[in-house]
Amino acid sequence: MSEITRAVPVARPRPIQAVPLRHPWRNLLAFALIFLLLAFIIDAAQREAYDWPAFALYLFDVRVVQAAGVTLALTFLAMLGAVVVGIVLAVMRETDNPVLRAIAWGVIWFFRGTPVYVQLVFWGLLSSIYQTINLGLPFMEPWLVLETADVIPLFWIAVLGLALNEAAYMAEIVRAGLLSIDPGQTEAASALGMGWWLTMRKVVIPQAMRVIIPPTGNEVISMLKTTSLVTAVPFSWDLCTRTRDISAATLNPIPLLLVASVWYLFFTSIMMIGQSRLEKHFSRGQLGHGTTPKRRKHREPAERGPMVLASPEAVAAPGGGAGAPDGAGMPEGGGR
Amino acid sequence: MSDIKVSAQEVHKSFGDTHVLKGIDLEVRRGEVSCLLGPSGSGKSTFLRCINHLESIDSGRIEVDGTLIGYREHGERLHELKPAEAAAQRENIGMVFQRFNLFPHMTALENITCAPVFVKRTQRSEARQRALELLDRVGLADKADAYPRELSGGQQQRVAIARALAMTPDLMLFDEPTSALDPELVGEVLDVMKSLAESGMTMIVVTHEMGFAREVADTVTFMDGGVVVEHGTPEEVLVRPQHGRTKAFLSKVL
Ligand SMILES: Nc1ncnc2c1ncn2[C@@H]1O[C@H](COP(=O)(O)OP(=O)(O)OP(=O)(O)O)[C@@H](O)[C@H]1O
Ligand SMILES: [Mg+2]
Repeated sequence: MSEITRAVPVARPRPIQAVPLRHPWRNLLAFALIFLLLAFIIDAAQREAYDWPAFALYLFDVRVVQAAGVTLALTFLAMLGAVVVGIVLAVMRETDNPVLRAIAWGVIWFFRGTPVYVQLVFWGLLSSIYQTINLGLPFMEPWLVLETADVIPLFWIAVLGLALNEAAYMAEIVRAGLLSIDPGQTEAASALGMGWWLTMRKVVIPQAMRVIIPPTGNEVISMLKTTSLVTAVPFSWDLCTRTRDISAATLNPIPLLLVASVWYLFFTSIMMIGQSRLEKHFSRGQLGHGTTPKRRKHREPAERGPMVLASPEAVAAPGGGAGAPDGAGMPEGGGR
Repeated sequence: MSDIKVSAQEVHKSFGDTHVLKGIDLEVRRGEVSCLLGPSGSGKSTFLRCINHLESIDSGRIEVDGTLIGYREHGERLHELKPAEAAAQRENIGMVFQRFNLFPHMTALENITCAPVFVKRTQRSEARQRALELLDRVGLADKADAYPRELSGGQQQRVAIARALAMTPDLMLFDEPTSALDPELVGEVLDVMKSLAESGMTMIVVTHEMGFAREVADTVTFMDGGVVVEHGTPEEVLVRPQHGRTKAFLSKVL
């Protein structure tokens, strides 16, 4: 910058020396926080109570790894069920049939309106409320009588409980996605001779996904942690319950809490990466959303243009010159 | 084969309590360009949408190439076709919308190949070849990989026309194709439509472009309040209208 300034003849008006606004208090706060963080880490590394050797021992303990797998399976299956039931509920809410609409509304109302914990306890009691499952016609001798407790293992009861509760939320998310599509889209598809299912697959769903994925990502991460409530069923092989059971035996809860946290964080991080990949995939055709890689490349030089090509005059101009270095030095506003 | 491409007889249509179409009669000959004019709310769009059964009708009948559209005749009654059967009828009727309605998540090329590939099961390479030819025909050979949002309104509408043509329709419906465009972009779309008309396509065009109607149309129909008020050559309807309502409308738009 200073070289360019010197090149300007003296007769011209003095160019503006662009000094970015300083933020001393903000910087001070940042330093203070870094200091506190370092102090905490150094302290934690030495503190007996965290018992790091025990942490290292249990992190990859077979029981813990298995429990992590169970938690992941619960999350995956419950979300799968929730998405399927959620889509059905969302479609039911948009039909012309008032009975279907009312039923869907009622299901969503009930499962959103009561705590998951209560629902899970309830599902756990299923086998004592309905001790047998009778297959047959009403008011006649059943053909087949099954003991509920035998047929439905606790794992699946946990999945069922989590899935139904979550389905109520997924229904609303899916519905918002479907409603976000301009009716002109389905109209254009129909006019081209595309049927309902083809229109859904090629036109509606790919666009609705853009609206559906971000909140669904939240729901998946939230589900991962909600699985810790399955102890209410009672199902005790998930990560949270299992580590608590182990620590109850060893009388050393803190390292196991840390072990569980690290596993949850690990899964959450992977899910976040997956979500951002999916979001990119479905943002096709969206300007400013990392559209086509090609287009981005074309654009960048143009954006940098004023800086690279700046002649002394251009830099001297208040608008062009002062803005560019400032913009380059400041981190962009970030994703949100 | 009869000379009549589209024939509408006594078409009635209501939305709830609003009686929108009150007995529309219209005949369009093969290769004819027919312009529909009329004030806002007169039912032009609704009628156009009945021709490819995007909208059901309450009574009357619409035939394209002598085939009843949207219904099957059973004695005295007309039974509505199943969605798949109605979809099959639409394959040969192209439609272009006021607001383009391109699929924003597909490139121009994908917009055009989508229906041929998934509805007609055309080979991908063949559909692609044909799409490139169509893009060239509407003057957008270099925009094959552009997304709709990267195109101007006029370019989007030309892609939309190419998309409709990709299904090789023999009837094209246009619902105010230039009303959403900036004035300087109207010409490029009308030029494409003009050359389409010259190629012998049967076209029904709802438009407020009087210049286009006068120059390109073979017949002009003036609708008001859900009925056809006046029908004839552009000369008859636009230059020497017989009805007061037509005169009043024309004095406003000209
Ligand atoms: N889906 C619908 N539900 C209820 N009423 C409708 C529907 N579609 C159209 N209408 C009504 O039907 C009447 C005719 O509408 P239509 O869109 O056919 O008019 P138009 O002649 O195309 O007008 P414009 O020039 O404004 O496009 C209007 O009063 C409109 O409100
Ligand atoms: Mg209209």
